[in-house]
Amino acid sequence: MTHLRRDDGFAGGGDAFYEQLVAAHRGLDDAASGALNARLVLLLANHVGDPAVVAEAIAAARCGLGEGATSTDQER
Amino acid sequence: MGTYQYRRYPYTAPPELGGGAASRRPVIIVGAGPVGLAAAIDLAQQGIACLVLDDNDVVSVGSRAICWAKRTLEIFDRLGVAARMVAKGVTWQVGRVYHRERELYRFDLLPEGGHRMPAFINLQQYYVEQYLVERAREFPGLIDLRWKNAVTGVRQSAAGVIVTVQTPDGAYQLEADWLVAADGAKSTVRTLLGLPFAGRTFEEKFLIVDVRMDADYPSDRRFWFQPTFDPGQSVLIHRQPDDVFRIDFQLGWDADAEAERQPERAMERVRRVVGPGVQCAYEWCSVYTFRCARLERFVHGRVVFAGDAAHVVSPFGARGGNGGLQDVDNLCWKLARVVRGEAPPALIDSYDRERTYGADENIRHSSRTTAFMTPKTAVERQLRDGVLALAGSFPFARGLVNSGRLSKPCQLQGFPGFAPDDGGVGGDMRPGTPCDDAPVIGADGRPAWLLGHLGSRPTAIAFVAGRREASDIAGSIAAAGIADLAVVAITDRRHGDLPLTELTDRDGLVRARFGGASGVTYLIRPDQHVLGRWRGWDPAALGAAWRNCLGSGQA
Repeated sequence: MTHLRRDDGFAGGGDAFYEQLVAAHRGLDDAASGALNARLVLLLANHVGDPAVVAEAIAAARCGLGEGATSTDQER
Repeated sequence: MGTYQYRRYPYTAPPELGGGAASRRPVIIVGAGPVGLAAAIDLAQQGIACLVLDDNDVVSVGSRAICWAKRTLEIFDRLGVAARMVAKGVTWQVGRVYHRERELYRFDLLPEGGHRMPAFINLQQYYVEQYLVERAREFPGLIDLRWKNAVTGVRQSAAGVIVTVQTPDGAYQLEADWLVAADGAKSTVRTLLGLPFAGRTFEEKFLIVDVRMDADYPSDRRFWFQPTFDPGQSVLIHRQPDDVFRIDFQLGWDADAEAERQPERAMERVRRVVGPGVQCAYEWCSVYTFRCARLERFVHGRVVFAGDAAHVVSPFGARGGNGGLQDVDNLCWKLARVVRGEAPPALIDSYDRERTYGADENIRHSSRTTAFMTPKTAVERQLRDGVLALAGSFPFARGLVNSGRLSKPCQLQGFPGFAPDDGGVGGDMRPGTPCDDAPVIGADGRPAWLLGHLGSRPTAIAFVAGRREASDIAGSIAAAGIADLAVVAITDRRHGDLPLTELTDRDGLVRARFGGASGVTYLIRPDQHVLGRWRGWDPAALGAAWRNCLGSGQA
């Protein structure tokens, strides 16, 4: 079974990715930025495809954000 | 009372004021900071006389640039000052990054052994300048160092530069073939030539405080995002010599700079960092904003810009001073050859090409760091905080945490003037790469370092199996047609009587790093960058590569 990737998948290009992501939001108000992020999540989740991996990512992202957070251990 | 005793360097009235006709100088350097002084020493070591003009008469007031990277130390070693700097400096290679109270990760900059110089030392700029001044004074016939000589005019002609200089005793003019402008971020020469300094200002204010304390603090670089002990966005601590610590506070754009730079106020912040029980004494502080900017071109006729005069970056990543020293390393061997008439003036254009590329790399890294540290919109902050939240558990997110990408040597692979790579040689030392160091046994049978045998002149490194190969090489060096070519032979066991300078690869690291099968030959530029490499000894190929390199400005 495939697990959510934890190691660096950017092959040394992490800083360039982050710069690109921040640049994509330039000139957008908060609502439009929220919309961009939502679309991005949907596109990337579809690209991943594997429901188990997506579920793991959702749990990891949800962790610490309030009631109902799933129990995935982030400290392993 | 600070730990450093500032001394004034004596001003003496220049002879030109006495009415004597000004003699023409090959090189005038404006600015006696780390970059200008290093350039003077580098040129002097190559026999080129230069005159250094500085509007002040004292070393850097305040610690300013404190982090000196391995590549810079290798350059300083070539200039004969690194041993003193390393002895005085605080050596460090581990950085630790925290989010609030939690350590997110730590990094080790130089996990690999077999290098003479450490990954980084911290040493206050005033020591660096003092050591460089003292080294420059060892060249009394070549370096004319003039304090309280302020440049007030620069005029170019086809054949050179005419400089007007103001002193306490009046003004005079000088003529030079070349002028190196190393007069800092507020460069007078840049202003006098009316050159735009385009870039981006970051809306953030920082407070630097130097304090002396007898704390048993580690030498590691420690960086906090959203520290619990300070209201600001980030705090960075670095240890310097003399038990002086640099603490860097991110204040926010709306901070009142005038109020924050009051020592009492700054020390309140410091006490919250170090805790109540630690004795600490105020040394120096400064509130700063910064921008990333560079000149479009570093070479304007006979005026060459270097260091902060040519490019400025944010301090995170230590890319200002280290970038400036790489400018010196790149420029001076070229300038020396142009002044001596051994290369066309167009060779200086390769300095422009290679160092604007280096400056862009530094600006890119430094801008990314700043963007990460100073999110400007709600979504930027969410993304940044998302990275920090995941970084404790996800290694990929640790890679995105950006508190400074520390200065690494610039790679010049693919630039004109370097030979095409001979695909048959292993190792990472492709043309355009600054040479890795490695321990060797020197010709005198004593431990030495490879880089100590490279630099200031073109040097061939030949891997030889034995005496016969060494003799063949020694007998055919002249066929390269390079007047000042040095040749070192790398052997895996010491012969002691080779007709070449023999360096024995004590630990096998030269072979490993340079893919040094027997017969492999490297040609190294005077700035210790690999110019070309070949599977066999071919003096004609070496000569062609060197002549192409010297003419490469026309590419």
